[in-house]
Amino acid sequence: MTAVTTLPAPVSTSPTLRQFKEAFRRHPTAIVGGIVLLLMILLALLAPWLGTVDPQAVTPIKRLKQPSAEFWFGTDMLGRDVYSRVVYGARVSLSIGIAVAFFSILVGLSIGLVTGYLRWLDAVVMRVMDGLMSIPPVLLAISLMALTRASIENVIIAITLAEVPRVVRLVRSLVLTLREQPYVEAAVAAGTSLPRILVRHILPNTTAPLLVQGTYICASAMITEAILSFIGAGTPPNIPSWGNIMAEARSLFQIAGYLIFFPGVCLSLTVLAVNLLGDGMRDALDPRLARRM
Amino acid sequence: MLAYVIRRLFATIAVMAVVAFFVFSLLYLTPGDPAAVIAGDAATSDDIKRIRANLGLDEPFLVRFGGWVWALLQGDLGVSIFTNLPVTHLIGQRVEPTLALTLCTLLVSVLVAVPLGVLAAARAGSWSDRAVMAFSVLGFSLPVFVFAYILITVFSIELRWLPVQGYRNFAENSFWDWLRHLILPSIALGTVYIALIARITRASMLDVLAQDYIRTAQAKGLAPAPVLVGHALKNAAIPIMTIIGIGIALLISGAIVTETVFAIPGIGRLTVDAILRRDYPVIQGVTLLFSAIYVVINLLVDLSYMLFDPRIRF
Repeated sequence: MTAVTTLPAPVSTSPTLRQFKEAFRRHPTAIVGGIVLLLMILLALLAPWLGTVDPQAVTPIKRLKQPSAEFWFGTDMLGRDVYSRVVYGARVSLSIGIAVAFFSILVGLSIGLVTGYLRWLDAVVMRVMDGLMSIPPVLLAISLMALTRASIENVIIAITLAEVPRVVRLVRSLVLTLREQPYVEAAVAAGTSLPRILVRHILPNTTAPLLVQGTYICASAMITEAILSFIGAGTPPNIPSWGNIMAEARSLFQIAGYLIFFPGVCLSLTVLAVNLLGDGMRDALDPRLARRM
Repeated sequence: MLAYVIRRLFATIAVMAVVAFFVFSLLYLTPGDPAAVIAGDAATSDDIKRIRANLGLDEPFLVRFGGWVWALLQGDLGVSIFTNLPVTHLIGQRVEPTLALTLCTLLVSVLVAVPLGVLAAARAGSWSDRAVMAFSVLGFSLPVFVFAYILITVFSIELRWLPVQGYRNFAENSFWDWLRHLILPSIALGTVYIALIARITRASMLDVLAQDYIRTAQAKGLAPAPVLVGHALKNAAIPIMTIIGIGIALLISGAIVTETVFAIPGIGRLTVDAILRRDYPVIQGVTLLFSAIYVVINLLVDLSYMLFDPRIRF
């Protein structure tokens, strides 16, 4: 980061702390989002110490109990404590969201950087990306999940594959703009090698937009995971993810609405928090867009 | 202009070829041997080999891909493993509910979202603008099925205004009966779509409203409404059209979930049943069909720009 700020780059989109402070002052909602997200992360990390019991412990005699002092969020049809399941579920949803954001940025960035620079590769790769992008993401993930056995790793891979083409498009468009910049031309003229240009001059200027894109991917990945689990093509049923808790409650909805309510509220709150954070960051990093969106 | 249309058509064919290749690869990688399933338990390995040869399953990958595409072009999507019926037949049975749901949602969403976006842009910074933007962020964050269950709880279980679940086909029921089964599903499905369209409409309108000819129109004394609709909205239409087209992907993904929640016997429900039964040909058929619809709609949207903006001459 410091290497970039010292460069006299005319269109440097590198984030500065001051920009963040300024944007967050104009958008108090982004701070609220950050706090909620932090609380959710704490909830996930501290799950065993938050008054939870084994989320898998079955107590048939106490099944389908309404929320009470003993069972804060009630119990499900196997008598499992819904509060414990929801708290542990935060681990699944958050780690899937963050993992998908991380891997799709990593893969998309690598492909995008190279294709933005090698024209012969560009045409082929972009046609493939166009093709993948025209398959609705949830359907793409469904058809991949149908092939493999249900596991958290496979869910992450399936959703990542559905997100990668959009990252590639973004990185490629950034690279195409950046490579025309005078300081990149100067580097080329000075005989800098291609890998070094990519890493030193192009890569640092993609961090800001990718950071924003990453938060949006994280939010959409958490929703996609819940959708996949909800229709039975996601996280294995024995793992308490928010989507799974709601999937099991599908047929019981009219007698035990709380089974959907609590995980649903947690999921929506977390996604909302991530989205608010993303909006705040976008405004910090792209003032032109900030006025419009 | 004709050259542009032809170029776009070729690009679309290329995209569909990639989609077809991807879907076929999935089918190729599918676990299990169809020949062994068809041969049954009592078959010898020679029987299975003969059936494989008959079905062309022993051919190389590209030959099989070619044969599959050839069949596809003749409207053959393969046969369902579970029901043994042609996939096209299964999909055909389920088209009406999905079409009704998505068209209803599309119509309502556009009619709600565009005015919301225009209003927000016209009063940028006001509380109504903030309300629209807050709704838009909320809409993005609320998963379809969570919102669907909230709607059912309020309007079906508590107030008893609308049915909890189900679908009535158009031909055999009264229009009202058909419509009232679609109201809640359409609202649930449309929310994220409305959020998206409203947001882009507002952004696009703000861009246009900042231009000189808008000030000229206002200066010559035109009323605010004609300026907004006649001058601004018309010129802000292209990004809005684009997002309506791209958002179809959201509608398709959402329809699968919405049909599950509301027990609507459409293509989405067919997909979910196919997942539970591991009925691969059906899953791939639906993937291919929805992708094709998405691609064609976006092609039409692209071509419609020429009608909206006479400046675009390719």
